[in-house]
Amino acid sequence: MASIATQESVVVPPRPQIRARRVAWGRVLLIGIVLAYLGVLILWPLLAVLQGAFAEGVGRFFVELSQPELRRAFWLTLVLAAGAVVANGIFGTIVAWVLVRQNFRGRSFLNGIVDLPFVVSPVIAGYMVLLLFGRTGWFGSLVEATGFRVVFSWPGMLLVTVFVSLPFIVREIMPVLQEVGVEPELTAYTLGASGWQTFWRVTLPNIRWGLLYGLTLTLARALGEFGAVLVVGGAISGRTETATLYIFGALEERQYTGAYAASVVLGLVSFAVLIGMEQLRRRSEVKR
Amino acid sequence: MPGLPWGRWGLRALAVTYLGILLILPLLAVAQDGLSGGLAGLWRDVSRPAAWAALRLTLWTAAVMTVINLVMGTLTAYVLVRYPFPGKSFVNAMIDLPFAIPTLVTGVMLAILYGPQGALGGWLQEEWGWQIIFAPPGIILALLFVSFPFVVRSIQPVLMSIELDQEEAAYTLGASSFTTFRRVLLPSILPAVVTGGLLSFARALGEFGSVVIVAGNFPMRSQTAAVYVLSQIESDNQRGASAMSLVMLAIAFALIVAVDLVQRRQEVAHG
Repeated sequence: MASIATQESVVVPPRPQIRARRVAWGRVLLIGIVLAYLGVLILWPLLAVLQGAFAEGVGRFFVELSQPELRRAFWLTLVLAAGAVVANGIFGTIVAWVLVRQNFRGRSFLNGIVDLPFVVSPVIAGYMVLLLFGRTGWFGSLVEATGFRVVFSWPGMLLVTVFVSLPFIVREIMPVLQEVGVEPELTAYTLGASGWQTFWRVTLPNIRWGLLYGLTLTLARALGEFGAVLVVGGAISGRTETATLYIFGALEERQYTGAYAASVVLGLVSFAVLIGMEQLRRRSEVKR
Repeated sequence: MPGLPWGRWGLRALAVTYLGILLILPLLAVAQDGLSGGLAGLWRDVSRPAAWAALRLTLWTAAVMTVINLVMGTLTAYVLVRYPFPGKSFVNAMIDLPFAIPTLVTGVMLAILYGPQGALGGWLQEEWGWQIIFAPPGIILALLFVSFPFVVRSIQPVLMSIELDQEEAAYTLGASSFTTFRRVLLPSILPAVVTGGLLSFARALGEFGSVVIVAGNFPMRSQTAAVYVLSQIESDNQRGASAMSLVMLAIAFALIVAVDLVQRRQEVAHG
């Protein structure tokens, strides 16, 4: 190694070497700025919440987590997220397929509004459900007649959770479908496969990594939903309280350790989903 | 294009119905309710002092965030693509963290750190007299956190596809590194920069979970548009809520169209 280094210093003329050193300093400075920015913006807040959760000891942390309301809240969050994953997994795939493979009037309009949930405030998403299914809403009397509660109950909360996480699966599958093209499906179909067989044997294997990646994004988004379920569900303790609403309620009651402990757990779950997401993305990039 | 006969109509009907019920129907409900008093009524509800202040606060904090995000996001993407350094894959994974962490948890984290009792918040308040929490700087910080990945992840793939030789050529011809960046690199990454900026701006306008914790709910001072809508719902003022919702939806819609236009031009430019 040493001999190579000395050889290089002999071969390389002095001027570029000075230049290279100057560039290296700029490089160190830029890397330093980025690391400092990320450290203050993302890493330090993460450490602060960990410190807050464990400030009164590890025992207290687990005492806070064993509250029955908290367990019910996390359970409701899991159920709603699972519902959103299933609904968008099935219908998102259908929407993506129709938008890519079929040509019809209004297609580009539908394609455009699929992104809307990305930019609509969750509060407004929740409010729209109130306008439709609330007491004075469009379907208010219908809902009242059947006795099926939507607002301040789980159906409305599921509806908004599905709404806010709708675009992920559609947007992940569409480019894959475009790249694969229609030929494999047509070939299978002309060789006598039924539509169902074509989907299971040809379409699904092609889109599976994109679909899985989209499912994890949907899951992460649904687990963390707050504004929309607050508006629709009303945060009734033990009934319509999700994990995020539990944290919000604990903060308002100044139960800080409980709020921080629940935040850490919810953050960790999301972090686990993120790691799964990274793995899937790597695999889907290799497979593509 | 020859479509497959199976489910041609059935699947299309399913897709259209799904999007219709989930997206179009709610939009129509807001539009109908927001416009029930005509355009004059809509304007009256939006121009009330508390509503107007919330809208202005939302727009300017999102704009400041977008400028900072564009500079730091471009720099981060550049450093991640061009420079090797220890811990790079860790940093790269950290970029996506704001996508995964619930925004409410983001708000809690920032409130702990920048609150008056927090490690950083206490110091900033005592030494500099800066209030972060319950004030616009806190809102900007929260928006920066939640929308940080948009700019980075939009620019990164474009930067990766650009070969190093153009920059090297400019540099060896005597251009300074800043001139190289401005004249060689920036024109190629500009559409991605604009897309990332628009997306993060759009995302920031509707942000609620982190902002409600960090900024609180003080009308005329730290109440953003989303928090204003919530307060109107809670005080049963449906007209006020619908008017603000409609304005926010219109802005969101315009931004989506803008992103779409930029992306189409980009595709045309790349052949």
